[in-house]
Amino acid sequence: MPFEPKIVCFLCKWCTYAGADLAGTSRLTYQPNSIAIRLMCSSRLDPQHILEAFKKGADGVFIGGCHPGDCHYQNGNYKTLRRITLLKRMLPGLGIEPERVNLIWISASEGGRFAEKMNEFTDTIRRLGPAPRALS
Amino acid sequence: MKKIGVFVCHCGLNIKETVDVVEVARTVKEQNKEVVFAQDYIFMCSDPGQNLIKQTIEENNLDKVVVACCSPTLHETTFREAAKEAGLNEFQLEVANIREQCSWVHTDKQLATKKAIKIINSLIEKVRLNDSLEPVEAPMTKKALVIGGGVAGIQAALDIAEAGYPVVLVEKSPSIGGHMAQLSETFPTLDCSQCILTPKMVSVAKHKNITIHANSEVDMIDGIVGNFKVRIRKKAPYVDPNMCTICNDCAEVCPVWVPNEFEEGLAFRKAIYIPFPQAIPATYTLDIDNCLGLSPIACGKCREVCEANAINYDSYDEIIEEDVGAVVVATGFDLYNMEKMQEYGYGKYPDVIDGLMFERILSATGPTGGQVRRPSDGKVPKSIVFIQCCGSRDPEHHNSHCSRICCMYTAKHAKLYKHNVHDGNAYIFYIDIRSGGKGYEEFIQDSVEKEHIIYIRGKAAKVFQEKDELVVWGVDTLTGKRVEVRADMVVLAMAMVPSQGTLDLAKKLKMSTNEIGFLTEAHPKLRPVETVKAGFFLAGAAQGPKDIPDTVSQGSAAASKALALLSSDRIFHNPETALVVEEYCCGCGICVSVCPYGARVIDPKKKIALVEEVLCESCGSCIAACPTGASQQKNLTDSQLSNMLNAILKGVS
Repeated sequence: MPFEPKIVCFLCKWCTYAGADLAGTSRLTYQPNSIAIRLMCSSRLDPQHILEAFKKGADGVFIGGCHPGDCHYQNGNYKTLRRITLLKRMLPGLGIEPERVNLIWISASEGGRFAEKMNEFTDTIRRLGPAPRALS
Repeated sequence: MKKIGVFVCHCGLNIKETVDVVEVARTVKEQNKEVVFAQDYIFMCSDPGQNLIKQTIEENNLDKVVVACCSPTLHETTFREAAKEAGLNEFQLEVANIREQCSWVHTDKQLATKKAIKIINSLIEKVRLNDSLEPVEAPMTKKALVIGGGVAGIQAALDIAEAGYPVVLVEKSPSIGGHMAQLSETFPTLDCSQCILTPKMVSVAKHKNITIHANSEVDMIDGIVGNFKVRIRKKAPYVDPNMCTICNDCAEVCPVWVPNEFEEGLAFRKAIYIPFPQAIPATYTLDIDNCLGLSPIACGKCREVCEANAINYDSYDEIIEEDVGAVVVATGFDLYNMEKMQEYGYGKYPDVIDGLMFERILSATGPTGGQVRRPSDGKVPKSIVFIQCCGSRDPEHHNSHCSRICCMYTAKHAKLYKHNVHDGNAYIFYIDIRSGGKGYEEFIQDSVEKEHIIYIRGKAAKVFQEKDELVVWGVDTLTGKRVEVRADMVVLAMAMVPSQGTLDLAKKLKMSTNEIGFLTEAHPKLRPVETVKAGFFLAGAAQGPKDIPDTVSQGSAAASKALALLSSDRIFHNPETALVVEEYCCGCGICVSVCPYGARVIDPKKKIALVEEVLCESCGSCIAACPTGASQQKNLTDSQLSNMLNAILKGVS
């Protein structure tokens, strides 16, 4: 069977989750490889959940937050940026390519951008192949 | 064992077309032992659909429910209310989004069905560990803040005050009134702008429930809906408004002349001045930036002549703190800077002016006493060219939006000019005429047919001076020919853009804006005066270009939304806040440092962190930062997230 990427998304409910909804309302299409978990803010995401996702079989993790300056909670997205930057530095040591974690800013009005970025990311993971299961 | 019910909505064909709803309901029940009931239904949100949920909860004694349907932003409240009616705590119901994020974005039915099952499974895992919660209650501060004293802010303040609640009205400039106070006459009725506005201004000044802070700006707003703490910076009031008798003695002796902002630079004022005779608060203002110095050695003439002793040089900026429950933002617009349109020669030719300057020229109280005279030499212009859409509807070079009012006010300008100069010629360059409003189209027709204003369909390319005249080059796109019009004056209908105050405030208060800075409403159609910041409402041109009737309507609308809030005694707050598992907490205080709301504090006795639930906005950043796992989010704990990942990735590794 050909490889199909498994992607977990952690989306901020104020921006990217609403952007993903807008992609649907606008009847845009993207590949059905991702499933989203709705968070109040991207800063709720503890990097350990990203590692856990890889451990449990995810091939990529997509995190969506508000554009810089737009965070509903003042600066949650900056906290996320710092956490993900550090995590990405750690990932090669665990045998996971940093490209498998994608932090991106998508606003509630950017349905098109969500569909486009989701397709791009799915293609990237498809190219990288299955994630190494070093953690499991 | 828990009893979970799953309801799968067809949404007509919206879901059913791409997701096999029967298969979904069957599989979900098969895969989860705790799911005792799973059924599909054509419209879950319909009355029979909701009744199905209520009945099933009662008959099967369900203690958890997942509804798989559209996005939770749409019907979560509907279904939670239904669950509540059936005696279930509302937080025992979760919505699985299988429409916007599944059926509408995918085409392969088999894959979409598989994905829908996983989405529902992840929500089953979440709801399994959900706690029953009750909304957090907090007291309500029954007072409103209105930022901006233009007609939008005036209307909002008056409506709130009339309903019996105190209002704090903050205005940046020395007087309320905004741009409307500068206008000559208003379309389509041609009634005098000041005549209809000043009574409202006086009502504001006289109203016992309204406190005006002019020359003031909002520095910061902390807190949450119902309980905001506002810090207002008031510029040093060198003239005491209560003592000033508006006698003008001070202005007469003041030796400093500066361009008058109210007259759009077409006239001069002194460094101590009243912006216009009907200004509210009715007092003179000392312009400290241009004053020679607050000392008898430097000048001090105004204080010497002030018989009322209203002038006090020993004044300082003041910080005023107010507690309010709701905020109306009505910070208005500016005209797009004419200097950005060099092809029309603004700055080079004094007779090229913008719409607001022409309003002052037309105004009976303006610099020319209502006589149309051009700025360069005071000559009565025998022909005027008006150019519409300057900076509007030009995405390549300027702004892409339509400023909505320029078609109408340009027609009004031309009309008033013709009334003033009977043998004058008015030419209007336009792209097309947008006159959607009550009586607006008739007004335009009248301009063309009765007033003989010449409309040229096309954009003007260039304005330059030849001797005493301005020459306008353009194209008439109806005949396809180039046109050249000689005029004594050119009036540019500049685009409406958010005021500098709007831009600054949006940044300070982290309000979301569109790409050019107009404040964003919570929903473009259904929540046009609310914002995503609970307790913040929008009024007037700060939200987008609009004319006076729309601005006033929105002022009233924002007031009614604020009033709905102020009229409740308690404010209810989302209870899905942070919580602390006391035995894990080591009291390190990292949560305290990351919390943007001051909701995390260290208990000095127990030496562990606490959560002030009323202040917690549920972002969850303290939970991710907690090194021991003591901080958790109610109904989205680490265990729940972990179980959700299991459901999503089941059968993968």
